[in-house]
Amino acid sequence: MSAEKIVLDYSIPKTLCIKLNGAWLITGGIPKVNEVITQVTQPKDIREFTFDTSGMDEWDSGLVVFLFHLIRECEHKHIQANLQGLPAGVQKLLTLALKVNEKAATDKVEDESFFTRVADKVLKLTDNMLSMLNFLGQITVAFGRLIMGKVYFRWDEFMVILQRCGADALFLVSLISVLVGIILAFIGATQLKLFGAQIYIANIVGIGMVRVMGAMMAAILMAGRTGASFAAELGLMQTNEEIDALKTLGVSPVEFLVIPRILALVIMMPLLTLYADLMGILGGFIMSITLLGLNPVEYWQHTQSSVTLSNLWVGLIHSFIFGIIIAVAGCFHGMQCRRNATAVGEATTKAVVSAIISIVIATAIITFVCQVLGV
Amino acid sequence: MKESVKPVIQVKDLDLSYDDYVVMRKLNFSVNKGDIFIVMGASGCGKSTLLKALIGLKQPQVGEVLYNGVSFWAQDEITQQNIMRGFGVLYQSGALWSSFTLEENVALPLQLYSSLSASQIREVVELKLALVGLAGYADFYPEQISGGMRKRAALARAIALDPEIIFFDEPSAGLDPISSRMLDDLILQLRDTLGATIVVVSHELASIFAVGDKAAFLDTESKSMITIGAPKELLANSKDSKVIQFLTRGVRQGAG
Repeated sequence: MSAEKIVLDYSIPKTLCIKLNGAWLITGGIPKVNEVITQVTQPKDIREFTFDTSGMDEWDSGLVVFLFHLIRECEHKHIQANLQGLPAGVQKLLTLALKVNEKAATDKVEDESFFTRVADKVLKLTDNMLSMLNFLGQITVAFGRLIMGKVYFRWDEFMVILQRCGADALFLVSLISVLVGIILAFIGATQLKLFGAQIYIANIVGIGMVRVMGAMMAAILMAGRTGASFAAELGLMQTNEEIDALKTLGVSPVEFLVIPRILALVIMMPLLTLYADLMGILGGFIMSITLLGLNPVEYWQHTQSSVTLSNLWVGLIHSFIFGIIIAVAGCFHGMQCRRNATAVGEATTKAVVSAIISIVIATAIITFVCQVLGV
Repeated sequence: MKESVKPVIQVKDLDLSYDDYVVMRKLNFSVNKGDIFIVMGASGCGKSTLLKALIGLKQPQVGEVLYNGVSFWAQDEITQQNIMRGFGVLYQSGALWSSFTLEENVALPLQLYSSLSASQIREVVELKLALVGLAGYADFYPEQISGGMRKRAALARAIALDPEIIFFDEPSAGLDPISSRMLDDLILQLRDTLGATIVVVSHELASIFAVGDKAAFLDTESKSMITIGAPKELLANSKDSKVIQFLTRGVRQGAG
């Protein structure tokens, strides 16, 4: 294709004339610049190239794209382009495109080495950790001021957040918890059946749900639901300058926006966990009675005897810590959000991912501590 | 008469930057009480960054900003917040709190910093909304009104506490010519009735000539303020080609 469209004329010393023939339309395909460039730069003494478009029928941006890349490549090899032989429209477009390119080239960041990139990542991570510590410090100070009654606290707004964190999440918590209860019962049944000890499904479901699974499932759900919503909400407020408007009014965004959200989730998480525990036990109960044919009274008695108060406390401690983790992660990433739509999405993702990772780490630590303490 | 008036805002040797990227160098100017001061320049020249430094949201690398002779960034946080209470800011996007009604938006500064009763606050809010032509919209949420109305509601919030200085960030951005003109009239009325000092960041020529007493031109290339003066005088007398090009909207020779 390029052979027909492009003819190279070396007749003038140190100058190459590129003859462009036929139609140069974007829909008809653009010749590859790399194929042409080797022919253009092969003779060592070429210092300039010109164009002859007398054989060209029609053109559109396809021609401009080809010439733009060709001229740029040749400029790197110190061969100057003389645009005079090109149609006036093409000359104007190329002048415009090459001018923008020159400016952009000055801002171009040089390729960084592997070690520079690693160092950058480490510095960024350190910065993030320092920001998080700073944020935690601000939260602590704000809570202190709240206790001393120095914070302007909007109770009606707080009630709305409470409702969003609690009542609005009940359906999802019910669904997930019942299903987790059913799964636990089913997995337990297949193993315990081998020993004829199916009734101990009640113990597995009861202890499992109350001690960790109820809190954990509710927390993962709330991280995806409420933590993400906190991050998106605050991120959007950051983008819309709403947080700046609070600052210029002399109001601390942490006191006004973050504290009510943390408080609401810390209050609602234990309640949701208790509810999730009940729903999980109910799921296990339904499974055991209907499909496994266990006696309902016996099942209930086993659940009562196996689930101790210490199990309940361990579950509630989990939920309290999870509440703090989810709210802090959501609010932190929301407040750190940059001012564009992509950043809001990133903030939401980071809030959910960091909350879930922290929940799993916290669960491991609490389980280990409980083992050591013998709880 | 204005020569004897003390400057409300003084900017001295101000350098602004984001990390290593320098936005502006060695800015020096002052704004007298009751003046409408325009900060103008091409997009991306650092107008909004300067505004952030003026309203206390961005600490300058070098230099100082003085309000009534008090250096803002040399003060502790509490004093800074007290100074900021004397500001009203109209952000480019309006920045109304989206979960609040217009009434709640305008009422919040009053609830925080006045001893007015709830019913008195409601009365003040009604007045402020009426002043910006939004009487009857108190119960609306920001999402339920148009862009121009949102800006006016944000202005009602900015003037809730009768601030000494009102800052406007691109007030005409995204507005139709009639809404834009209405906002210009409001700016003039606020100066004339409340005696407020007004700083407007803008590149809208119509607004600049309509309201500006004094204007500073920020230049992207030299990263500095290249001229200051009354907009009409700058147009008539400035020798700087960038200023002329900006104020004549880069009109080509022979056009019109």
